[in-house]
Amino acid sequence: MFGAPVQRREDPRLVTGNGRYLDDLGQDALAAAFVRSPYAHARILDIDVTDAIEIPGVIAIYTYEDLDAKTAERLPLLIPHPDLTNPMTGYCLAREVVKHVGEAVVMVVATDRYVAEDACERVKVDYEQLPVVVGLEKSRAAEVLVHAEAPGNVAAHMVQEVGDAAAAIATAPHRLSLSLQIERSASMPMEGRGVYARWDGDEQSIRLYSSTQTSTGVRAAVAAKLGMPLAKVECIAPDVGGGFGVKIVHPWPEEVLIPWAARRLDAEVKWVEDRREHFISSAHERAQLQDVEVGFDDAGRVLGLSVKFWHDNGAYTPYGIITPIITSTQLLGPYKPGAYRCEFFSMYTTTVMVTPYRGAGRPQGVFAMERTMDAIADYLGLDRTDVRSANFIQVEDMPYDHGLLFQDGRPLIYDSGDFPASLAKLKALVGWDDFAAYRTQAEAQGRRVGLGIGCYVEGTGVGPYEGGHIQIETTGRVNVSTGLTSQGQGHQTVFAQIVADELGVPIDDVFVTTGDTRRFGYAVGTFASRAAVMSGNAIALAARNVREKALRIAGEALEVDPGDLEIVEGIVRVKGDSESSIALATVAVLSNPLRYAFDESAKAATQFVGSGNTDLSKPPVAEGEEPGLEGKDFYSPPRATFANGMHAAIVETDPQTAEITILRYCVVHDCGRMINPMIVEGQVHGGVAQGVGGALYERMVYDDAGQLLNASFMDFLMPYASEVPHIETDHLETPSPLNPLGIKGAGEAGCIPVSAVIAGAIEDAEGFPITSMPISPDELWDLRRQHAEGLIPDLRRGSRSVATTTRTTQTTPIA
Amino acid sequence: MSQTTRTNAEPLVEITLRVNGVMRTAAAPARRLLSDFLRHELRLTGTHVGCEHGVCGACTVLVDGMPMRSCLMFAVTAQDHEITTVEGLAPAVEGTGNGTGTYTMSPVQQAFIECHGLQCGFCTPGFLTTITAYLQENPEPTETEAREAISGNLCRCTGYQNIVKSVLRAAEINRERGASA
Repeated sequence: MFGAPVQRREDPRLVTGNGRYLDDLGQDALAAAFVRSPYAHARILDIDVTDAIEIPGVIAIYTYEDLDAKTAERLPLLIPHPDLTNPMTGYCLAREVVKHVGEAVVMVVATDRYVAEDACERVKVDYEQLPVVVGLEKSRAAEVLVHAEAPGNVAAHMVQEVGDAAAAIATAPHRLSLSLQIERSASMPMEGRGVYARWDGDEQSIRLYSSTQTSTGVRAAVAAKLGMPLAKVECIAPDVGGGFGVKIVHPWPEEVLIPWAARRLDAEVKWVEDRREHFISSAHERAQLQDVEVGFDDAGRVLGLSVKFWHDNGAYTPYGIITPIITSTQLLGPYKPGAYRCEFFSMYTTTVMVTPYRGAGRPQGVFAMERTMDAIADYLGLDRTDVRSANFIQVEDMPYDHGLLFQDGRPLIYDSGDFPASLAKLKALVGWDDFAAYRTQAEAQGRRVGLGIGCYVEGTGVGPYEGGHIQIETTGRVNVSTGLTSQGQGHQTVFAQIVADELGVPIDDVFVTTGDTRRFGYAVGTFASRAAVMSGNAIALAARNVREKALRIAGEALEVDPGDLEIVEGIVRVKGDSESSIALATVAVLSNPLRYAFDESAKAATQFVGSGNTDLSKPPVAEGEEPGLEGKDFYSPPRATFANGMHAAIVETDPQTAEITILRYCVVHDCGRMINPMIVEGQVHGGVAQGVGGALYERMVYDDAGQLLNASFMDFLMPYASEVPHIETDHLETPSPLNPLGIKGAGEAGCIPVSAVIAGAIEDAEGFPITSMPISPDELWDLRRQHAEGLIPDLRRGSRSVATTTRTTQTTPIA
Repeated sequence: MSQTTRTNAEPLVEITLRVNGVMRTAAAPARRLLSDFLRHELRLTGTHVGCEHGVCGACTVLVDGMPMRSCLMFAVTAQDHEITTVEGLAPAVEGTGNGTGTYTMSPVQQAFIECHGLQCGFCTPGFLTTITAYLQENPEPTETEAREAISGNLCRCTGYQNIVKSVLRAAEINRERGASA
């Protein structure tokens, strides 16, 4: 099963309308809706709910004043860091001030969502508007502070350095500097967030459903906020309609308020986020300003690299500085940079907060590095792939220690990868060496085409751990559970594949549950391309434990050495003697000594029926054994495992309209051994599509007052099928030496280098540097105008043998 | 805090729709959207709501065989029309939709499974209904036509590659089933 393109076990349910997403549950629950701030920065002077409460069907209206005990305190800082010196989190409902448009101010609970929204419109809130901070330039200027507690609007300042980068750059034969910019986008899952809470007054317990990427995290946070024992709170992530990072944040205000209201009202309460709420109240990502300085030799080898960047973290920092840390470390990609210094400032603005979105800081880091590689190649007149090759970490360098700390607080050490082989595959796939001829042909037709490339390394499968539990029922049904959650990655399939192989059972007998704290209470969550690596390995280890136990019990029953047994299609049998066998279902019966026979098969385990050779001097459950054919195990890696990939694209830019069309998009991807290549390919496709969105279409447009002007699918341009090119893929499988299955994560890969690749291709087509992404046709048109006016330098295009006389570096003022 | 007792919210009207071949009646406010009526009054939760402004297409149902955004229609205006939701795409057999894992599949549903045309599955019902109607109109699309046919629906997971394949495969299954019928 491992390595086979097995069809997904979840699909029959999902294609027939039998999925159960958050809003499919709790049909009779009360509905909550929120009054949210219409201003980016304001003081709340008064809240008047008298009109609203009159509406028939309104049950309750809550403001900050109603919150009690820990619910009235700030939301937790999930990931503290010594360099995050000025962390700030919000309240469940705004206390005195609001810091971004969309911040929750009042919660209405009603019999029906329509009524709750009616009531929200009738709540009168008086605000005193305060000066706003929109964009990194304004934040850096610090004429207005988002939080008085954060001088200069700086949440965090972090420096990591290996060697003496400044000296290495100063003494290098060649030097370049680049100023780069990347704008905001967002995860934007098709299903927004949602919470449904069932308070059980008899048991004094809460069962909470959340469209979350971490049900164990939500459970612990809600228990803490509500002052309840963990044992009285359960959290389930039902079918989740996409996550892409935004749903790892927890507890969202609504995740605290909905169970809080359910307990208070002794009722079921549900809240389902609408699309506008998702735009203005959840989280965004990506926006950075970057200054790069690089020193290199005649071969393009980087001798010193110094990167300084400013990261827009929005109004709050509950997820700490994970995203900029990832930018600063994963920027290095497959390269040995010589001396490296990275300094970043994580900055407050009065906008929606920034937390990881698929790629989580890597697209920005890869953009910085790959723009730098292209600039070096252009400067030296070398082929862009030759410059990359000159800087590659080689196979014999593995494991390669960068001397930095990664996002998990552990050393940044690459475990494996074959970058030259990946590049060779990519060049073959895209026809790198044939492109010059193609371009000549296209130019003869008056067409403008360009080729771009981007390489990346992605730390996947970060710890601390995940676990797996496997139980074989007396029917032969194999129940598998793991605590992390699913948002469409096909976990019910890939984990079943692993178990089918490890146990020797038909995959149809294996049933996987994820994200249900009733089934498995210890977990971290689904993020950082970690589910297959972490839970996959944990489940494999658990399966090996169960297999060992099954063989032990079967060995006793068959009176043979367990070492002589094998399990095939759910039957334990003596190797080479299929006559001597016992079904795993029967082994499950024998594993649990019984007093009472609940069915025909159970009789075999009752006390007067046991086989004649029972040793009556020993207890029915042997020392060190437990009843039941089940087992559990955990996988906790010493550090992350590093996947990698390389993309190339050919784009065409219209000489008149500046319309940008991707003609070809090629991906070479290495995530170690693939459990299910069909699913890996699907992950890559989806990632590339999001990358294309981030490169050409998606951006969050704030006006000077901090209003998000494009907070709908009408105006925020997510790619349709008409915008995503055909994606050509090839794979390399360099196993990870770090885990038993030799696998690496694949979830985020597709989106990581896309902006870098498309920028490189457009630059190659146009002949002048591209330094800011995303890029729209009107922006490209404007760059052409600036270029024509001499405001933007030519590329030197030495590699194309186009004569130039100027020796300018690629620096472009930031708008 | 302000709190009241539970009272009836607003006047209700009886709405009768023919959904998946069955006459269904429920009381709802006149302003109830067809998407919400299907999901919450009739409890046919297979139809999903992704944007509530008619852009994403997740809520697409067939109204007299034509794909329509159910979030842009009032339930009352759908009376006298034949509605088909994702739950009604597969030929009805005993055991369908009972959650036990025994399902029959329409050609489009089957194709999505074979081609890995879905990941999280949230947008999928809208694609399935849209493609079902499209293939009636154009039973043998080219790849370009297939891409065009799905380009009014948003999917955030798949990058559309395998949905295009699913359209082509569904056309093929239609032909196979037609030939064997």
